[in-house]
Amino acid sequence: MAVAAVAVAEAPSEPHLLVQVGAIARRSITRTVRQRGLLVFPLLFPLILFAINGSALSSARRIPGFPHVGYGDFVLAVTFIQGALFVAVSAGTDLARDIESGFFNRLALTPLSGSALLAGQLGGALVIALIQSFIYLSVGVISGVTIASGLAGALVVILLSIVIAFGFAGLGSLLALRFGTGEAVQGFFPLLFVAVFLSSSSLPRNLIQVSWFREVATYNPVSYMIEGLRSLIITGWDGQALALGFGFALVLSAVTLSLAGAAMKNRLVRT
Amino acid sequence: MRRFFFVAQGVAWRSIHNTFVSPAILLPSIIFPLFFLAAFAGGLSRISHIPNFDYKPGYTAFQFAFVFLQSAAFGGVFTGFAIARDFESGFARRLLLCAPRRSGIIAGYAVGALVRWFATGTVVTVAALLAGMNVFGSGIDLIGLLALGILVNLVAALWACGIAMFLRTEQAGALIQMPVFIVLFLAPVYVPLRLLTGWVHSVARVNPATATLEAARGLLAGSPEKVALAFGLLLAGAIVMAVWARRGLASAERAG
Repeated sequence: MAVAAVAVAEAPSEPHLLVQVGAIARRSITRTVRQRGLLVFPLLFPLILFAINGSALSSARRIPGFPHVGYGDFVLAVTFIQGALFVAVSAGTDLARDIESGFFNRLALTPLSGSALLAGQLGGALVIALIQSFIYLSVGVISGVTIASGLAGALVVILLSIVIAFGFAGLGSLLALRFGTGEAVQGFFPLLFVAVFLSSSSLPRNLIQVSWFREVATYNPVSYMIEGLRSLIITGWDGQALALGFGFALVLSAVTLSLAGAAMKNRLVRT
Repeated sequence: MRRFFFVAQGVAWRSIHNTFVSPAILLPSIIFPLFFLAAFAGGLSRISHIPNFDYKPGYTAFQFAFVFLQSAAFGGVFTGFAIARDFESGFARRLLLCAPRRSGIIAGYAVGALVRWFATGTVVTVAALLAGMNVFGSGIDLIGLLALGILVNLVAALWACGIAMFLRTEQAGALIQMPVFIVLFLAPVYVPLRLLTGWVHSVARVNPATATLEAARGLLAGSPEKVALAFGLLLAGAIVMAVWARRGLASAERAG
């Protein structure tokens, strides 16, 4: 009886969920920060497109019905969404690399819970999302964009862009868990990019002339994420646009994370 | 010379075979131009309503000229990815060991890039015609347009080949495509040059891609302009890039 009591007392207790998440998140963040290529490309590419399109499409302001703002103001919101796509690919590729290298299988032998592993893996993605949204906003303001909703609105822009990036990162993780290879995750990138372009990214929906394109943009959730961010930049506080933007971003996060959680359970099955 | 063609033929056949038997390789190079055509010609067609926009064949044709040349350039870029992959897998090193005339390797990859683009360019052209694109150019004009595309494809393929052979890693992908992407997008993509404003106008005026794009649009509209300038610039670019690719090959040879 005494021996059994000692054995129970000495058995290692499972660490608290937050400790587990912290350990995986620290590793994910460290790995992300060490891979400068992963940081630079997602940062630069949307900024280059912002710089080019902001100037090259400035004639669009002369279209009757276009909002009375500079095209740079109008298109800045798209930069955050493009950044979120790169976060998705980065998160998915990192996770896929862990699966391919066998690190994931070794983790499966530990008492680590699947949800902690998933949440921790997204830590690196969130760090990128935070850094890049701050930089995009700063570059926008420096290049002459005025945030109509003021400083508080700028903070909400960063918050919404992080929620959007989290949703897309969940999608990247889901793809990695389902397919198990970085190549498959990267193969989906063009499709994600299409989703951004087939939206109200370049013109307001009511000014899109081609009817099928306008229909696709109307049913495309990315349009509402862009319009939520854009409303804070060019309009001010628009409750409906913000509700739709946050709503679709949260639904994307909830759906992708639950599906990724289910896929994680399959990956962590002890055999 | 016979050995050169022997190597070029072998490398080209392998490159073409790999492209067409692997959907993961072929599809992105087809999907990207198609979606650019849909996004630009569909989503931005209202741009043609702004004052002084007077391209007669319409906005779909205006954007088709860009997408056509872009697909040609990216046919070369994607071949660069394949070369980098060949170096990472070790195949390219074995190829260097057994090829009796190594410059044939560059020619082979360039032919592979061209055939890959023929497939993409055909799909993009059919899609544009189905979308109602107007073509006012004559048969000669359209042959000129095709020749422009071939030269753009060659220049991009040689650029990509050089980078891939210098760096010999798939991580060179961003370095291969970013300059091509930037040069193309710093041309008058959405509106004619005279309607551009700001710094993009200043850059577009001296960007060689602008002359090529304007020549392509002129040929498509049946009113050729800057054609000689575009061909001259592309031929000069092809010579410079051929030297660049040869130096990349020499670097790979030195690395063993």
